[in-house]
Amino acid sequence: MSRIDTAFRAAKADGRLVIAPYVALGYPDMATSVTLARAYIDAGANLLELGVPFSDPIADGPTIQRATQRALAEGSTLTGCIEAAAEIRTATGVPLVLMGYANPFLQWGYDDLARDLHDAGVDGLIVPDLLPDDNEDLAQACSAHDLDVIPLVAPTTPSDRIGRVAARGSGFLYCVSLTGVTGRRQDLQTGLAAFLQRVGDAATLPRAVGFGISTPAHVRALCGQAEAAIMASALIDIFDAAPPSEAVARAAAQVEAMADAATCR
Amino acid sequence: MTTAAHAHTPDAAGYFGTWGGRYVPETLVPALQELEDAFMRLRDDAAFQAELERLLHHYAGRPTPIYDARRLHEELGGARIWLKREDLAHTGAHKINNALGQALLAVRSGKRRVIAETGAGQHGVATATVCAMFGLECVVYMGEEDVHRQALNVVRMRMLGAEVVPVTSGSQTLKDAINEALRDWVTHVESTFYLFGSATGPHPYPLIVREFQKVIGIEARAQMLEQTGRLPDTVVACVNGGSNAIGIFHPFVDDPVALVGVEAGGTGPAETAATLEAGSPGILHGAISYLLQDEDGQVAPTHSIAAGLDYPGVGPEHAYLRDTGRATYVSITDEQALDALQTLARFEGIIPALESAHAMAHAIELAPTLPGDASILVNLSGRGDKDMDTVVGALGAGD
Repeated sequence: MSRIDTAFRAAKADGRLVIAPYVALGYPDMATSVTLARAYIDAGANLLELGVPFSDPIADGPTIQRATQRALAEGSTLTGCIEAAAEIRTATGVPLVLMGYANPFLQWGYDDLARDLHDAGVDGLIVPDLLPDDNEDLAQACSAHDLDVIPLVAPTTPSDRIGRVAARGSGFLYCVSLTGVTGRRQDLQTGLAAFLQRVGDAATLPRAVGFGISTPAHVRALCGQAEAAIMASALIDIFDAAPPSEAVARAAAQVEAMADAATCR
Repeated sequence: MTTAAHAHTPDAAGYFGTWGGRYVPETLVPALQELEDAFMRLRDDAAFQAELERLLHHYAGRPTPIYDARRLHEELGGARIWLKREDLAHTGAHKINNALGQALLAVRSGKRRVIAETGAGQHGVATATVCAMFGLECVVYMGEEDVHRQALNVVRMRMLGAEVVPVTSGSQTLKDAINEALRDWVTHVESTFYLFGSATGPHPYPLIVREFQKVIGIEARAQMLEQTGRLPDTVVACVNGGSNAIGIFHPFVDDPVALVGVEAGGTGPAETAATLEAGSPGILHGAISYLLQDEDGQVAPTHSIAAGLDYPGVGPEHAYLRDTGRATYVSITDEQALDALQTLARFEGIIPALESAHAMAHAIELAPTLPGDASILVNLSGRGDKDMDTVVGALGAGD
């Protein structure tokens, strides 16, 4: 069984959500982002999303834009990201999912990418600007190297399309919680429960909810509606607001608080 | 020259050969499908077409004339040069053709809020103009650097009632304006129509923009036949995203006519925006096409003196026309474009936009190499008023 499947089964057996924090690889520098990833695992993360920076992140709000621009300015490359993933893998069995825009992956070459990610111990890939309609080459390459391609659905996705999208992917289904870009939000979007219900009716893959998940209360609210909570910008905001010497610990403390909130029974 | 079966529309998934497609966040998929459905329905709708034709004629001033540049011909020798005068269209560039068409689509789709990106400001002005005329809310995203380079167009857009949002991320030019417009669209997709200005972006935009711009080529083809008795030997247009070029090329695709796209070569290979010349296949802003990028797949900085030519990508249909050999693409430097602008001003009393001056520069090079009975049709896609600050900056205030 894959690490991703194992993580979801274990969480289900324990009656809790999978907690999946996002780490912007290379921000503020590669070494610190690896340290942060390890701190998140120690804090109770069940799955890590590792963000690969891209110059034109159209689905991201200001926080991740700024973090990835800084990562690029610091010289972060896909090579460096894959090496960082391998480094994180040496000390953990937690599933690692790489998230990034299509073009850097296309330039690497999908076959080489799938092989190199597998060798680095990466378990899956999320590409927010590559729809299942256009990703056949990537899907084949990943399938050959036991890598899950995680599909995304949004509140605007019609139910029949949710089923088709889910059928083209594996691992879990990334449910974009809102119509908008990534970023910290005060409240969950109205209608989220109905959307997640619609997803559950149309697809069997576990539902991981991301975009705007910002507080332990948000995580708690997902109990019974989804199988995983993804958090990104809110953690980066906490990291940025803290004094540099405490930034890793403060962000990890938020992951711990979210993991505590994820116990559903 | 082959005129063999050229696909006249992209395939059902939006590909011209292997170029194009729909590389967008899932949130936008239903909106793009809705747009495609609305466009496919209305392109054959007689009432829609009649309304568009009425507006193109009475509001935008079409048909624009073609003009025989006689003094320029006497000076250069060789082929005659005919100018398709898109600079005479309302708002001063071809951008109004597409803005009118898409705004009508917005109205018919019940969307009252329109967003647009702009580089040189011509598409922003055209969008602000049609939104004022239709009574639609209008927000235009423009890179901070372009806000400074094209200050006059910012004033025009605001006077027309549009909100102009300066974009401070990335390179602060057109590509970043598109990023921000896409983020707005993802956020307000239910209420908002994205009036995309160039022949690039996700399917169906390259198709829609071509269909609304091909009026340029349809008119010019008929005008050349009427006024010269035959087709031109060569059609020349500047290319970045490539909307004016695809608009004039498309009606000539099956004719024995050479099609030449002119990209912005900047100051030379180190500082260029010539995507087809210096780029490689890549995915940006919803389409796979040629892209200026580094070896890690990050989008590369570009340079052109023309704010409307410094986008690092190119429309997928141009990539297809280049691959099939049906069109050829060359580049012109900043300096050559500035020379051409002055040449056209002095010999013909027409100050072209810096973008169009790139096409002009190639025609000026090409004409003397062709026989006297040959003719070149140049798409003079816009007028140069907006560029006077830039030209003064490059040349000094004049002698």
